[in-house]
Amino acid sequence: MATTTMLPASGPNGAQRFAVWVRANLFNSIGNSIITIVFGSFALWVLWNIVKWGVIDAVWVAPNMRACQAAGTGACWAFVGEKWRFILFGRYPYEEQWRSALVTLILFGMTGASFVPKLWRLEMVYAWVAAWIICGVLMWGGVLGLAPVESDLWSGLPLTLILSLISMIFGFVLAIFLALGRRSNLPIVKLVCTVFIEVMRGVPLITVLFMASLMLPLFLPPGFSVSKLLRAVIAITMFLGAYQAEDLRAGLMALPKGQYEAADALGLSYWRKTKSIVLPQAITIVIPPLVGNLIGNFKNTSLVSIISLLDLMSTTQVALVDPNWRGLTSEAYLFLGAIYFAACFAMSRYSQWLEVLLNKGKRR
Amino acid sequence: MAISGVADREPTEGSSITKIWNNPTVRGVFWQIVLIVAVLGCGAYLASNAIDNLARQHIASGFGFLGREAGFDISEKLVEYQPSDTYRDAFVVGLLNTFEVAGLGVVLATILGTLIGVARLSPNWLLRKLAQCYVELWRNLPLLLQLFFWYSIMHVVAPGPRDAWVLAPDVFLSNRGLMFPVPEADATHKFIWIAFFVGIVAAIGLDWWGRKRQEATGQPFPILGAGAGLIIGLPVLVFLVTGMHLTLNKPEMQGFNFTGGASFSPELTALLLGLVVYTASYIAEIVRSGILAVSHGQTEAASALGLQRGKVLRLIILPQALRVIIPPMTSQYLNLTKNSTLAVAIGFPDLVFVANTQINQTGQAIEGIGIIMATYLAISLSISLLMNIYNARIALKGR
Repeated sequence: MATTTMLPASGPNGAQRFAVWVRANLFNSIGNSIITIVFGSFALWVLWNIVKWGVIDAVWVAPNMRACQAAGTGACWAFVGEKWRFILFGRYPYEEQWRSALVTLILFGMTGASFVPKLWRLEMVYAWVAAWIICGVLMWGGVLGLAPVESDLWSGLPLTLILSLISMIFGFVLAIFLALGRRSNLPIVKLVCTVFIEVMRGVPLITVLFMASLMLPLFLPPGFSVSKLLRAVIAITMFLGAYQAEDLRAGLMALPKGQYEAADALGLSYWRKTKSIVLPQAITIVIPPLVGNLIGNFKNTSLVSIISLLDLMSTTQVALVDPNWRGLTSEAYLFLGAIYFAACFAMSRYSQWLEVLLNKGKRR
Repeated sequence: MAISGVADREPTEGSSITKIWNNPTVRGVFWQIVLIVAVLGCGAYLASNAIDNLARQHIASGFGFLGREAGFDISEKLVEYQPSDTYRDAFVVGLLNTFEVAGLGVVLATILGTLIGVARLSPNWLLRKLAQCYVELWRNLPLLLQLFFWYSIMHVVAPGPRDAWVLAPDVFLSNRGLMFPVPEADATHKFIWIAFFVGIVAAIGLDWWGRKRQEATGQPFPILGAGAGLIIGLPVLVFLVTGMHLTLNKPEMQGFNFTGGASFSPELTALLLGLVVYTASYIAEIVRSGILAVSHGQTEAASALGLQRGKVLRLIILPQALRVIIPPMTSQYLNLTKNSTLAVAIGFPDLVFVANTQINQTGQAIEGIGIIMATYLAISLSISLLMNIYNARIALKGR
C-alpha cells in the first residue's frame, strides 16, 4: 500500500507535499472521495461525542453520583477518583496496600526486563526466583514485621498480574513435558499427552475454571482444602500449558532433522540432547507465539471473576455496586479498559518488533 | 528417534542388570508402565476421595437427575419449556441457545470481519487507518470486559421502550432489547422455500453439467449468473405467481412495551454484539493476511493470460486466498462458540448457565461439568476432523 511513492523526491514545500499526499491517498477517485467524506465525518462525529462526554461536559470532582449528575451531563470521573484504589487493590487491607503496589511494580518491572533480548540469560531466571520470593513475602506477610494477609484478600491488579504470570511460567514447564511427550515414540506417553492437550484445547476456559472451583474440592481428602487462588492457578496453568505445548511442538517440528541426528551421532542421551540441543533452538523459534499467549492469558484471567476471585474485573464490578455511585458503568469500564489496553497493546507491539528482530538472520 | 542414539551399542562392561537397563526398549516399557500406574493410581485415589466426599455430603451421583423436574424457568427458549419439565429438557433448551448464539455470531462476525479486513487493504488512507484502529482496539481488550460493557449499554445507557433508539425503519433498540420486523407466516411461503431448495439443487446440477461441457468442448458456461438466477429467481417467481403474500409483522409501541415483530433480549443482544465485534477483529486480520498471501505475480500472470478481472478474482486469487484463510477462520469459529460460554456472566441462558444452575440445585458438579465438557469436546473434535479432511484435500500437491 505504498502510495507515498507518488511524492516527488524534492522540490515542493511542506504544504504542497501535503496537498499531493491528500489527493493521492484520500481523493484520488470519486469513490474514494465519497468514502473519505462519509467515514471522515462519521469518525469526527464519534470523536467529538467522546471528547464532549469525556472531557468538556465531564465532572472531575464530586462527593457522589447525584452531585455528579447535577453538575454536568458528561462523564463522572469523580467515580474513578474515589474508587481507583479499590479497583486496583481491592480488599487488600488499606494500610498495607503499599505492599500490593510494590508487588505490582516489581512484576511489571521484571516482565519489562524479560522483554529485552540482551537480558536473556541464566541470571534472569535467578532474578525471577528472587522476585517471586520478594512478592510472596510482601503479599503474604507474617515475616519481617509485615502483618499477615490471607490470599483470599489479594485482589485487583496485583492478583491479575500474579495469576497471569505464574500460570504462564508453570504452564510453560508443563508445556515442555507435554510437547516432548506428544513427540515421543513411546505410545502410551504420546497417548496421555495428546489426550490431555486435545481435551484442554477443546473445552472453553470457563469449564476448566468451574472444574477447578467446583469439582476439585470433591476430589481432595476431607480436611484438606486448597485456596481459591491456587485452584484458579491450577486451572489456568493446565489450560494454558496445552496451548503452549502446541506452540512448542510447532517449534520442535520446525527444527531441521539434522540437529536431532547430529546429537544422536554424538551419543548424547535423550535428556542431554533435549536440554542442550533441541529445546534452546525450539524455544527461540516459538518466542513470538508465546508472547501472543501471554497477551491472551492476561485477557483471559478476567474470567476468574466468574468463579468469584477478586481480580481487576471483579473489583470494578464490586465498585459499581456501591449505591452512591451506581450506574457509572461507562466510566468504570473505560478506566479498566485503558489498563488492559495499555498492557495488551504494548505487548502486541513488542511481539511484532521481536518477530522482525528474531527473523533478521533469515531475511534475504 | 528419541533413544536411537544408544540403541545398538553393546555395553562394554557391567552386570547383566545394567545390560538390560541400558536396553532402550526395556527402559521405554518400564517408564510407560510407571506412567500408567501413576495415572491410574492418581485417578483411583481421586475417585475414592470423590466417592467418600459425595457420600458424606449426601450428594447423589449418576445421571439420574436428568429425568427429574428442573424447577427453574429459563427466560429465553427456542422450544417449549416450563419449570415443571425435566433437567434433560432444560439442557436441550440451553444447548439450542448456545447453537443460536454461535450460528448468528459466526455469520455476523464473518460479514463484519471480511468488510474490515478488506478495508484494511483499501487504497484510501483514512479507511485503512480506521479499520486498523478497530482491530487494535477490540482485540486488545478482554472479551468479558466487552460483554459487561455492551450489557451495561443495554441496561444502563439505553433508553426505555418509549424513547427507543431507531436504528433503521421499524428496528428499535431499548433496554428491553432489540426489536425488529419479521415476515408474517403465510400458507404460500412453503412453496417459496421449496422453490429455493429446488433452485439450489438445479444450480449444483447445472454447475456439474457446465464443468463436463467445458472439459469436453472448452466452452465456458456462466455458472455464477445462471446459478444465482436459479437460486434467487425461482423463489421470486413463485412469490409473484402465488400472489405476493407478504406482510411484515412490525414491532409497535403499545402501553409500556413493544408488541409484535421479533426481538432479541438485552442479554442476547449484548452477547451477540460482544462476540461479533471481538471475533470480527480477528477475522479481519485473517482475511487481510489471506489476501496478501497471494503473490502479485499470480494476478499479473492471470491478466497476461487474458482472463477478465472477475475471473482472475474467482479462479486465481480466491482459491489461493481461501487455502490460507479457511483453517484459521474455522478455529475462530470454534473460539466464538467456546467464548459464548461467557454468556453465564451476563445471564444469557446458554448450556453453561443451565449446567451451573443444575450444579447449584443438585450439587452434582461432576456430572454437570461433564455434560458441558463432553458437548464442547464433541463440537471441537468434529470440526477438527472436518478440517483435517479439508486440509488434506486442498493441500498443495507436491511432485
